[in-house]
Amino acid sequence: MKAQHLKIKEYCRISNNRVLLNDELLLEDLGSDFITFIKLAYKKMDTNYPKFFKMDDLSKLGFLATDILLKTVTQDSEMPKNIALVFSNSASSLQTDRKHQESIVDKENYFPSPAVFVYTLPNICLGEISIKHRLYSENSFFIFNHFNAEYLHDYASSLIKTEKADEVLCGWINCDVDDYEAFLYLVSTEGSIAHNKEEIIKLYTTK
Amino acid sequence: MSDLKQELKEKIITQLNLEDIAIDEIADDDSLFGDGLGLDSIDALELIVMLDKDYGIKLTDPKEGKKIFESIEVMAKYIAEHRTK
Repeated sequence: MKAQHLKIKEYCRISNNRVLLNDELLLEDLGSDFITFIKLAYKKMDTNYPKFFKMDDLSKLGFLATDILLKTVTQDSEMPKNIALVFSNSASSLQTDRKHQESIVDKENYFPSPAVFVYTLPNICLGEISIKHRLYSENSFFIFNHFNAEYLHDYASSLIKTEKADEVLCGWINCDVDDYEAFLYLVSTEGSIAHNKEEIIKLYTTK
Repeated sequence: MSDLKQELKEKIITQLNLEDIAIDEIADDDSLFGDGLGLDSIDALELIVMLDKDYGIKLTDPKEGKKIFESIEVMAKYIAEHRTK
């Protein structure tokens, strides 16, 4: 077991039509709806991944926030990185679940979409990220009533200390009717912010 | 037939969310899968649903899809011959 002080290396927030990386404002487009905003963010962040447009809103949000954070980390290496993914939210995949339900509620007009159905689990988002960044690592998606800094802290610490992962990308990706929020942070042995419950809450609540 | 081909191109772009592809970039004989438009297995299932919903064609053998979805040309010909709506 590794005994070391863990740090928060980087963090990213996408909410209220703004994209921030380590508190630096990368994009702001107030007034547009989610679909317009996320499409603009995709283009401005130079994401370049055509499959992005096939994803549901939750996956788009998680994928984009992760891509902004990991772009420099995974792009420069041919070797797969052992970065675990530990995400959480309160709405699970509810938005897509509703969309699927609408397509099956009328037995006379019963045409469920396979492309919608595949996203009726929140952890599909983790699969999309793992494919893009070639991660063959541990991943988990937890459902909480509220952002749970303590649980994420303990889980990420355990993964690194027991050498299941070198780094852990943690956070909160929530998406429901007219409301979305992504807050992700990378736990590492490098960085300048202490990895503890208080710092995680501070970063999460500073919007 | 050319109207049907145009309609199919529009439907494929919209329903399969091919954001970066314009209608005039799809040739009638382009492969829809593999090196052509690069559609995947979920897209193939969406096309099967589209045939049923929009043209009243039920594919009972999934292997049929492989031949029918070869290109816009082949798809349009099959739909014109088998559509019930």
